[in-house]
Amino acid sequence: MNKWEDNKAWFLILPVFIIVAFSAVIPLMTVVNYSVQDIFGPGQRFFIGIEWFKEVLSDGRLHEALWRQLLFSGLVLLIEMPLGIGIALLMPKKGWGSSACLVILALPLLIPWNVIGTIWIIFTRPDIGLFGAAINTLGLPFDHTASPFDAWVTVMLMEVWHWTPLVALLAYAGLRAIPEVYYQAAKIDGASSWAIFRYIQLPKMRGVLTIALLLRFMDSFLIYAEPFVLTGGGPGNSTTFLSIYLVKVAVGQFDLGPAAAFSLIYFLIVLLFCWLFYQALQAVGTGDKQ
Amino acid sequence: MKIRKRYILLAFYLMVLFLPIYWMLNMSLRTNADILGSLAMYPEHPTFENYMKIFGDPSWYSGYINSIIYVTMNMVISLLTALPAAYAFSRYRFIGDKHVFFWLLTNRMAPPAVFLLPFFQLYSTFNLIDTHIAVALAHCLFNVPLAVWILEGFMSGVPREIDETAFIDGYSFPRFFVRVFIPLIRAGIGVTAFFCFMFSWVELLLARTLTTTAAKPIAATMTRTVSATGLDWGLLAAAGILTIVPGALVIWFVRNHLAKGFALGRV
Repeated sequence: MNKWEDNKAWFLILPVFIIVAFSAVIPLMTVVNYSVQDIFGPGQRFFIGIEWFKEVLSDGRLHEALWRQLLFSGLVLLIEMPLGIGIALLMPKKGWGSSACLVILALPLLIPWNVIGTIWIIFTRPDIGLFGAAINTLGLPFDHTASPFDAWVTVMLMEVWHWTPLVALLAYAGLRAIPEVYYQAAKIDGASSWAIFRYIQLPKMRGVLTIALLLRFMDSFLIYAEPFVLTGGGPGNSTTFLSIYLVKVAVGQFDLGPAAAFSLIYFLIVLLFCWLFYQALQAVGTGDKQ
Repeated sequence: MKIRKRYILLAFYLMVLFLPIYWMLNMSLRTNADILGSLAMYPEHPTFENYMKIFGDPSWYSGYINSIIYVTMNMVISLLTALPAAYAFSRYRFIGDKHVFFWLLTNRMAPPAVFLLPFFQLYSTFNLIDTHIAVALAHCLFNVPLAVWILEGFMSGVPREIDETAFIDGYSFPRFFVRVFIPLIRAGIGVTAFFCFMFSWVELLLARTLTTTAAKPIAATMTRTVSATGLDWGLLAAAGILTIVPGALVIWFVRNHLAKGFALGRV
């Protein structure tokens, strides 16, 4: 659709701009302010430039948390994206069946994040939880409070359970928007279902999958409440993701400088990855059109 | 035969998805002694004791009321501001349109932990701490961009000729927008409301930081179930089940439109 060219449209986005800037700009500037100062108390602030950034960047435990976080988010995307697309392809196109699927799919998304952690504590406990009891009956030793591997399995299960429906919902939306004509044409050409997926469905879903990928990356990279409730970052440091480590730094230290510097670096990492994903997917899109 | 297999797979997935929630429902209908005593697939002596406790105690149920109030406020603010903005993005090209769109999205990318203190200071300056509107405004940070994005999708699906015809017929812009355009994208408004509801309802850190007692959300109240005798699992499960109910009601109303919208928009 050709759009009208008119800079007066800015007046229409002004309310959004103001309301978002109110909550976004001032806190961001405050954090930048903290990150370049050494604060001993009210009125005793010293400008120290990039000292905190240097300190944070050379923190070995932060590097560990960062690798752990990258592994976690990578696994999340590798599992949730294909699984979500698969579910969307399986779902009925219309009727009560599709309504029922949508409602059940949306249920995990509607649960407060700390309650998600609570559900999984209950579910995986060997004494009162179905999952914990079942796996113990099978004779497998499973204890997410003692074994780092079991803790990872539990956190991954929880994450996949919680968020795959979002990918499925978005992918389903993308599939529903493909006109029936495309399928009829493919049928006439005798295209296999793989060919239909690869050359019709996947390119048509690019828009919604971009958003699904970005949302899943951001939210999994910033994950805090769910693993904090479930494992508290343990056993040891095995599930201490970046946000959990950030809170440890922020709470454990006398002033907020290092934590603020940490936050800004953290923010920039998320921003960088999102931008890269965004650019890459745009490039794939133009490649398909040519 | 092929169709059969496909639905068995789907049914299996949905069952697995529902299982943890079912387990919580099961526990919410049993007493704590019963839960700790034996592992049962279904409540043998179902009791509503846990639910009665929540509905009978203001410190419990006020949490639900608070959450519902600020979530509703957030939905209204997000929709009212996002509607004109989404219209601008779907109909006009203007300086910086693409950049503003990405900037809006970046507001979801900051780690909340350290931003909580500046948030607290900012809202204290305006004397808004422990009010519902504070939480509603703070949640706009991530809900408004989402609302703009979803609505833009629905609006782009409406042909521009409708706008042009209405203007030729002598409609002023506000009258056209309210009388002609909004009824056309009713479904989109429903879906947007659902997503605003969802993300505001599940958020905990900001909501907890900006409130103390008068506007405390239910998710924060749920940390109270640890008593002298240990965790009251049944009560915790009942409270958890009750957090799903309002969202399930909202989704029931928009279920038929849920899948549209996203697919039409930009990105």
